[in-house]
Amino acid sequence: MRQRWNRRQRLLAYTMLMLLAILAAFAAGVLIPESAVAPDFASAKLPPSLSHPFGTDWLGRDLFLRTLKGLSVSLTVGVAASLISAVAAVLTGVAAATGSKAVDGVITWLIDLVMGVPHMVLIILISFACGRGLKGLLAGIAVTHWTGLARLIRAEVMQLRGQPYIMASRRLGKSSGWVLTHHLLPHLAPQFFVGLVLMFPHAILHEASVSFLGYGLPPEQPAIGIILSESMKYLSAGMWWLAVFPGALLVAVVLLIDRLGENLRVIIDPYSAQE
Amino acid sequence: MRLEAKNISFRYSRTSPWVLERVDFAVRSGERVGLVAPSGYGKSTLAMLLSGYLRPTSGAVLLDGKPLPTKGVCPVQLIGQHPERAINPRWRLRQVLEESGQLRGDVLASFGIEKEWLNRFPRELSGGELQRFCVARALMSGASFLICDEISTMLDVITQAQIWNKILEEAAGREMGLVAVTHNMALARRVCTRIYDLSNGEDQAVEG
Repeated sequence: MRQRWNRRQRLLAYTMLMLLAILAAFAAGVLIPESAVAPDFASAKLPPSLSHPFGTDWLGRDLFLRTLKGLSVSLTVGVAASLISAVAAVLTGVAAATGSKAVDGVITWLIDLVMGVPHMVLIILISFACGRGLKGLLAGIAVTHWTGLARLIRAEVMQLRGQPYIMASRRLGKSSGWVLTHHLLPHLAPQFFVGLVLMFPHAILHEASVSFLGYGLPPEQPAIGIILSESMKYLSAGMWWLAVFPGALLVAVVLLIDRLGENLRVIIDPYSAQE
Repeated sequence: MRLEAKNISFRYSRTSPWVLERVDFAVRSGERVGLVAPSGYGKSTLAMLLSGYLRPTSGAVLLDGKPLPTKGVCPVQLIGQHPERAINPRWRLRQVLEESGQLRGDVLASFGIEKEWLNRFPRELSGGELQRFCVARALMSGASFLICDEISTMLDVITQAQIWNKILEEAAGREMGLVAVTHNMALARRVCTRIYDLSNGEDQAVEG
């Protein structure tokens, strides 16, 4: 049977669906009113049922709605931190590749330093130093995630700089700034976007882990890390649904974004774009 | 004007062997010099030194006694042997030509560049067609000296003849100096007024 869509078109369709699912999870979390997740002691500690698909917690809050709200918080933190990280990566990567030897040395040293310290330790330290909360968490995740992409961009720019068309451009009287904006940056766009999307899952997982450990978001915020952390006390009481559903949903979203990044890479990468 | 390589030596790193040692070479406006030597004698390296793509390890490249300008359009333009690498693969060819200034209709026409090609990407044209763009770009920049490094090696003879005729016409029209790096002695004799052999440093005038 002849297929109606080719591989690339199917990939594009999947990617759009994934994006839609992630956006839906985010929108749902934002749109759910506070009153929907208010305590209701009459229906506390209920196992999953049709009216409460994920069950309820010890205060009678609906876990499904709470998880969605938590997811949207995680997504916001993940996206914001990744964006800051990716922009920092481009700035430092380009500066290292085009600047003087000293600039390159300092930036490479900084990358090695940040990579050398375990992420979790660094995020906890920074988050703690900034007074925890959203700001500290954002700063911590942003500071730890730019290194990989920065290295990639540094290498890419170094390779591009030696290309004859860049040298020809300089001999045609174009300034470094002009070459940067017209030749180099457009070349880096695919790396930037794919790197950015592949950074989301890391950032989200780190946000959840740090919040779980109690160094991230404050307890009143319904973040996934907080929900999981609180559920630990009730697991021995047999309330398994408190940990399983939020955890599974977090993993699902992270995998979804990871696949999305991979698909984006395949779509943008010229070696596979011809398919 | 006089473009001159004065006692230049070059090596790619401190530990690598010398590619060029104490070479003297000069070309005047209106002169057409063929640069010949067997492979590996540093013809392309000399071409890149003359056009400022590389800096000599010792000695100097001078234009009328002064170093090549580092800002603005360089009066010495190099055309390489790989046109596909000398053009940004993400640009349409119109952008490539506009990088060197105003599009000149007469240059486009004489190189047989069709209007429709201007909207294409480099990978949609052949090597020979791309090379015409490289030559046109160098000519439209208003260069005083043109260094041609094996520019027609990969082209069929008809295209070679077309491109060289146009270059010679332009060179004569505005008193350009020309350096043609080539293995092809027949081409060098046909195009140049003088032939310089880099392997023994001998000059040889071309009659006719």
